[in-house]
Amino acid sequence: MFRPRSEARRPSVAVTVEGRRIAVPVGASAAAAVLAAGFDSIRETAGGRERMPFCMMGVCFDCLVEIDDVPNRQSCMVEVRDGMRIRRQIGARRTHPVAG
Amino acid sequence: MTVELAIIGAGPAGMAAAVLAGELGLDTVLVDEQNSPGGQVYRAIERAAPDTPLGPDYLAGRPLAAALRASRVDYRPNTTLWHVDPDGTLFLENAGHTETVTARRILLATGAIERPVPIPGWTLPGVMTAGAAQTLLKTADLVPEGRVVLAGQGPLLYLVATQLARAGAPPGAILETAPLDNYLDAARYLGSLWPGRRLLTRGLGLVAAIKRAGVPIRRGVRGIRAVGRRRVDRVAWEGGELAANYLLLHEGVIPNIQISLALQLRHEWDETQLCWRPALDAWGQTSLPNIAVAGDCGGIAGAEAAVLTGRLAALDAALWLGHIGEAERDSRARPIQAALDRERALRPFLDRLYRPTRSVMVPAEDDIIVCRCEEVSVGRIRRAARLGATGPNQLKAFTRCGMGPCQGRICGPVVAAIIADVHRRPIAEIGTYRPRAPFKPITVGALADLEIPRCAATTKGETTR
Amino acid sequence: MEHYDAIVIGGGLVGSAIAYGLARAGLKAALLDEGDVAFRASRGNFGLVWVQSKGDGAPHYQRWTRQSADEWPALAEELLSKTGIAVGHHRPGGLHLCLDEAELAARHAMMERMRTQSGNFGFDYRMLDRRELADLLPGLGPAVIGASWTPYDGHANPLNLLHALHKGFVEKGGRHIPNSTVTEATAASGDFRVRAAGGEIGAAKIVLAAGLGNAALAPRFGLSAPVKPLKGQILVTERACETLPLPLTTIRQTAEGTIMLGDSQEDAGFDTSQRPAVMQTIARRAVLAFPWLRDLQIVRAWAALRVMPPDGLPIYDQSERFPGAFTANCHSGVTLAGAHANLLAPMVAAGMLDPTLEPFSARRLDVPAAV
Repeated sequence: MFRPRSEARRPSVAVTVEGRRIAVPVGASAAAAVLAAGFDSIRETAGGRERMPFCMMGVCFDCLVEIDDVPNRQSCMVEVRDGMRIRRQIGARRTHPVAG
Repeated sequence: MTVELAIIGAGPAGMAAAVLAGELGLDTVLVDEQNSPGGQVYRAIERAAPDTPLGPDYLAGRPLAAALRASRVDYRPNTTLWHVDPDGTLFLENAGHTETVTARRILLATGAIERPVPIPGWTLPGVMTAGAAQTLLKTADLVPEGRVVLAGQGPLLYLVATQLARAGAPPGAILETAPLDNYLDAARYLGSLWPGRRLLTRGLGLVAAIKRAGVPIRRGVRGIRAVGRRRVDRVAWEGGELAANYLLLHEGVIPNIQISLALQLRHEWDETQLCWRPALDAWGQTSLPNIAVAGDCGGIAGAEAAVLTGRLAALDAALWLGHIGEAERDSRARPIQAALDRERALRPFLDRLYRPTRSVMVPAEDDIIVCRCEEVSVGRIRRAARLGATGPNQLKAFTRCGMGPCQGRICGPVVAAIIADVHRRPIAEIGTYRPRAPFKPITVGALADLEIPRCAATTKGETTR
Repeated sequence: MEHYDAIVIGGGLVGSAIAYGLARAGLKAALLDEGDVAFRASRGNFGLVWVQSKGDGAPHYQRWTRQSADEWPALAEELLSKTGIAVGHHRPGGLHLCLDEAELAARHAMMERMRTQSGNFGFDYRMLDRRELADLLPGLGPAVIGASWTPYDGHANPLNLLHALHKGFVEKGGRHIPNSTVTEATAASGDFRVRAAGGEIGAAKIVLAAGLGNAALAPRFGLSAPVKPLKGQILVTERACETLPLPLTTIRQTAEGTIMLGDSQEDAGFDTSQRPAVMQTIARRAVLAFPWLRDLQIVRAWAALRVMPPDGLPIYDQSERFPGAFTANCHSGVTLAGAHANLLAPMVAAGMLDPTLEPFSARRLDVPAAV
């Protein structure tokens, strides 16, 4: 779990991570919200192994989550917005093959 | 849209180049993935509080970001480069939309990435890079809870330790991996300590601050492993172990050459820094006449050096594009070059003091994961190399190693080192992955909707079914 | 000098399938391969084991392709049990989508021709209308009006296949010699010597399977292989849950869940750079077929060079001037792997190509034989 440092004075933004409401500072990434929310893992690899963000700079792709219903987004590269919904990325993404 | 100069990356090199290019009258665009300028070293600098725990060296990035904002440069944040044609057409993506920009000259300033540190358990939740913890502090004012162990070597390790301590989360321990041999090797460069005294003083100051904060430092640590079931809960090493909630790894940084490799620029293996970097002249000119490189992505030299090489590249671009003459370029460059020499003075010493040990390049145990994306282990890579894969690209075919979304950014150096070890050849002969577009994912829809300028459009002889 | 029963030049899908068949037949074989950076058509393959589009106007090719597809399941099974590598072969039949009436009519006519030309071999196909297609394919785009289907088509993982053939070859005692671009070679009837990677090896039989490299190599052995590069690009999406039940000519979902999109043809010489304009055309056509593809991220893409004989049909030949020298060239290394391992390799082992392969000789191209 990551916590805000005690002298932090930034305004915050409210997001949900797996339904849990979290306040994170303006400018934080969705990955930061995931770490602040205290979950043990945020995604599973194809082999079923649990992962959390690793590099925080868009290189490792271990921070892939579903953000506002869009799967496989690099959460360390996405800035939080009020009301953002972050969910774990488990397995292959869903497709939506609605008849054309 | 056509510009004279396109700069990729808004870190110190990119910002400095952009500001000077703007002053020299070059029509410039600056493209960066992040939402604000600063790259990694000055990430989120515009939001930094004056009393930030990150310290005065971090705040030194503020004027640069301010100068960028004040310039007439077309600055494009949240914009990802997903392909670049050597002829100068850049393919960009922003918020799900794609577009192109054509530039007469391109400057790559993509900075550095952390060297992979493949230890047992490094994929466990709770294991991150030291840079990642620093980024969380910069961008979100967050610190890790519980006991944090820092492991590895290099100036960043001590810097992050100090910053975490100032932020109210002093690390529980530092496990330094620099072996005694490194100290002996670096001692040959003691002569550089005087010219490099500014950097040296800063470094020594960091170590002193750590000691004052009461953080235990263990030196010459070997065999580090992260242990835990669903996340790390212990860090073990030869002769010791500690309970830990977070393990932060760092074995130096290496140039981010994903785009320079994709362009098939000529690269060289740097045996001292143990990394690949593009072959450059003193101005950052690459093997393609319209492309130059500045900053750490051309070879690790630090943030201040990046600013200076960024300025040199801007001057050279101004000459190349016909805005100034050679005499003006050279006279403006003189003080910059002198400052650069001073910045680089301590490099040979640091490079040898913090040279990664062999096990960072060629992990000793077969079941250590190398390719995090596809979960390919050292053992599988060795077997494929023995079967006949003589380089990373053939290895990719046999093992899926390098086929994941990171496109080999993380595993590349280790894969090459393992193949070199199996075939008993120098790493310089083994080569690298060939990155392909899209450098970062784009949707099928965004690609379908892209408007492509006529010159890059389908030509005679191309059909699809 | 090391002596072998057979040397195969080229470690791609064609060379390794033949080498595997030779080693399996008990020959002491050497497989010469280039280094990490080579054209390597095999690494860029789409992965179809495709029958329905092959051999219109060339019944011998239609038959050869069918035979190969029929050998495939046994080859896949054998490779799995011998090497532990699953090549992911799946044969649910395949579809070729049509976007307008003219295209559909032309496709129907082609299927009829194939049936007529197949003679007593037979050619079973069905034309599906939009209604039937929509039941079969989720989210079918409104632009698609019909398709042809045959039961013979399928797909596999080309890289797993390459890995399995290499592993099977080595495990059967084959010698794989990488980083060995052939620099010098001498040819005499039943006596071939090749200099590569600082050493010399010799054999009574030699097979040129070096892809685009065959064009320059063949004349030295009294053969002709006038193949030229034809670039193709492929896009691969992120892993998705299983959606497409069978492969199409230009779209298929792999066992891992990724969706592959092709199929471009660019006459660009030896240039392997990607062209976004072509990538875009691939994306647009894919979206016409399945609008829901729009949301999927492309995580990987590449360009590779097909090995293309002048009329598109394979070239199989044996040297009259230097008996014992053979060549194999094609752009369908995956589809024809069954035939190469199980039908062609035994012919090479026996020292002679079957007369049924006569029509595949380069003589059909009216190219003067190398002197």
